Order: sequence, then structure tokens, then C-alpha cells
Amino acid sequence: MLNVGKIHEGFVLDHIKAGKSLSLYHHLQLDKKDCTVAMIMNAKSEKMGKKDILKVECDIEEMDMDVLAVIDHNITVNVIKDGEIVAKKELTLPKEIKNIYKCKNPRCISSIEQELPHIFVLDEKKEVYRCKYCEEKTRQEL
Amino acid sequence: MRHLMSPLDFSVDELEKLFDLANDIEKNREKYSHACNGKKLATCFYEPSTRTRLSFESAMLSLGGSVLGFSDANSSSAAKGESVSDTIRMISCYADICAMRHPKEGAPMVASTHSRIPVINAGDGGHQHPTQTLTDLLTIRSLKGRLNNFTIGLCGDLKFGRTVHSLINALSRYDNITFIFVSPEELRIPEYITDNLKEQNIPYKEVISLEEVMPELDLLYMTRVQRERFFNEEDYVRLKDFYILNKEKMSLAKPDMLVLHPLPRVNEISVEVDDDERAVYFKQVQYGVYVRMALILTLLEIDVNSL
Repeated sequence: MLNVGKIHEGFVLDHIKAGKSLSLYHHLQLDKKDCTVAMIMNAKSEKMGKKDILKVECDIEEMDMDVLAVIDHNITVNVIKDGEIVAKKELTLPKEIKNIYKCKNPRCISSIEQELPHIFVLDEKKEVYRCKYCEEKTRQEL
Repeated sequence: MRHLMSPLDFSVDELEKLFDLANDIEKNREKYSHACNGKKLATCFYEPSTRTRLSFESAMLSLGGSVLGFSDANSSSAAKGESVSDTIRMISCYADICAMRHPKEGAPMVASTHSRIPVINAGDGGHQHPTQTLTDLLTIRSLKGRLNNFTIGLCGDLKFGRTVHSLINALSRYDNITFIFVSPEELRIPEYITDNLKEQNIPYKEVISLEEVMPELDLLYMTRVQRERFFNEEDYVRLKDFYILNKEKMSLAKPDMLVLHPLPRVNEISVEVDDDERAVYFKQVQYGVYVRMALILTLLEIDVNSL
């Protein structure tokens, strides 16, 4: 098994569905940050069979974690300080998300209106996101 | 400042106040005839809808206000590629309130977020048409004296019919309503609506034959099968004549049942039914004007007690 060392300061995202870590990397905009990132893909997992892990050396407060819950709220977020886990962050679905999904409804105003942000609102009863403008629910996977 | 995007934007109590005001307008037209003196309504219609536009214009003129606007996208700067948010910023400088019809769903909501004046959604694609629903509710309340304890049949195109979906949502907030959905298999009510009704324990049934349920109904809401909703002409032709309400079917109904229709009608209600006093679809048009008058007064925050 491949070994990746401990990180000193930052956070570890564990129990990511296998194959999803690259998409997370982009959605968290880690490519725009100047920090060390370790991406472990297809690691063995008792619970999941296979999983991905992301280790990021960067202050978690700088990150927009909303997107994590949207992608998969089963991801475990461990906050690391001085090489130790100091906290686990609970992921909850945000009430509103901006420019994460794109509305695919061709009849929606967002398909033509210039620079209109794509905003989705959580339908809490159904645990789905609906376009703020046309209320169409998204079927996209991130 | 408030806008109206969906019929559910108003609580049941707020709707009661709105309908009380509409009924007072009905009884005292003169009292309200100068209520909006000096105020301007902009009707921004990016797609033609003569009926809705004229109803809004008639409402504002009856309140002593004036109207300006455009009635299709080609005669507005949308044809030059102007965004809805830019247009409404401009309209905000010209008028005190705006009624917007747009083929794209959510366009009036986008407008409302950039507007300095109240925006009324006058229909956005297949999404919402709140003033039609308010019209339907006011008609029922005025003629029946209540909005609860009904068995209502909805007949025709229940799949694409936006007015039907809105009316079901709006009536679901009142007690003891039973829905009977009458449609051919191809135009059945969408599952998400029946799922919602199940969740709220609201009774409903789906049937194909209108005759069979006529005696049970307190209200019958007829709809048109719209050509523009079909991908092929054959299906449209086959389904458009599926339900035609005629004298014979009316003879099966209760003596105080009411027939509503959002209009325009094509042939789904035979003209012989028009003389039946239970046919109230033309009265419904008149209530449409009253409810829009009440809505304009409410959104403009006009103090009606000082009139």
C-alpha cells in the first residue's frame, strides 16, 4: 500500500467516493491555491471497498466547504493542527449554492441572461436542489 | 417593496385581504376610480398575450392610472439583445409598477432582483402565472362564498397545464378539498403533484371519463389542449377533442356546480353551455380585472382606507 505522510496543518477529506477526488480538487479550487495537496485514489476501505482521500495543507477557513456537502455529504472532514486531528467538521447541505450546478433547462432565463449566476436552492423536503429561477431540479452529478 | 412571482407568495390571510379588497372594488367601482392617479403601470410583454395584457391595462386604467409598455419582444430592446435586468432598471425609471410576461421561466424573478418598482409575474413560460390563479380563487370565493370544502374536477391537459398546477398548489392550502383529475392517459397530471398531495393526505383520484364523475363535482375547471405543447400534430389532433363539455354532460352535474376555464377556449366547451348559469368563465374574466386592481393597490401600498 502506498504511504503518504502526515500533514502538519490543514485538513484531510476522507471517505470520498472512489474517483471523485479530482472533481473535488477542482470544485474546491485547489488548483488556484499555493498549497501542498496529496490525492490518494482507490485506497482500500473497509466501509466503502474503495475510497479517495485528499490531504490539503491549507487553513480550512479559507475554503468554501459548501460544495463538499453538495457533492457527497458522507465525506469526513478532519481538521489537522500540529499533525493531529483536532476537529471533525459536520457537512450540511447549504440552503443556496451559486455557480456549482448549471441549470440545463433550455426554457430557463439563465440560458440567455447575460452573466446571471446559476443559483440553486435546497428543497429540504426532497433533499434536491432546484434552480432559483425556473425551479427545475438538477439531475447533475458533480 | 413586494413583488408577485408565485401564487404562494401571499399567505392565506394575505389572500383573504386581497380578495376582500377585490370584492369591495367590485361593489364600489367609483370609490377606486382615482386611487392610482398619477401612477404608471408598465406592461412588459416579451411574448404576445392579449388577454392578460388587456386585463392589467384595464385594471390600471380603472384605478385612474396610466399604462405604457410593449406587447412583444420584437418591439422592445430585447430584440437588440438587452438583458432582462437592464430592461427593468430602465423601466424602473419610467413606471411605478411592472407586469412582465416572458417566454423564459424565471425572467420576472430576475427582473425583480434588479427592480426599484414592484414586479408582477404575468406568466413566465410553462412555470407560473400567479394572477390567473388569483383570478380563479377570487371567482370561486366570490361565487361560492368559500375556498374550502369542495370536490373540484380538473379536466383536459393536466400534464402541461400551468394554470392547473398552480391552482392545485393554491387550493391545497385550504381544508377539505378533494381533487378529481380527468384526462386522457397521455395528458395525466405529473407524478410530483400527486406525490405532494399524498404527502399532505389530500384526497384525489384520476379518471378518464368526465361523465362518470360529473355528479360528484362542486367545481369543474376545464382547460384547453394547447397545440404548442405537442411535438407532433397527430397527437394534438387526436387529443384536442377528447373532452368536449356540452349540455348533455352538464345535465349530469349538480345544480350549483360551477364551470371555470382560464380561456381562450377552442372547442372544449360547446357554445351551447355558455347560457347555462353555472358557466362562469366570462365572469371569471371580470374577476381577473378586480383581482389585478386589488393587487396593484396592494403592491403600490395605496392607503385604501383614505379613499
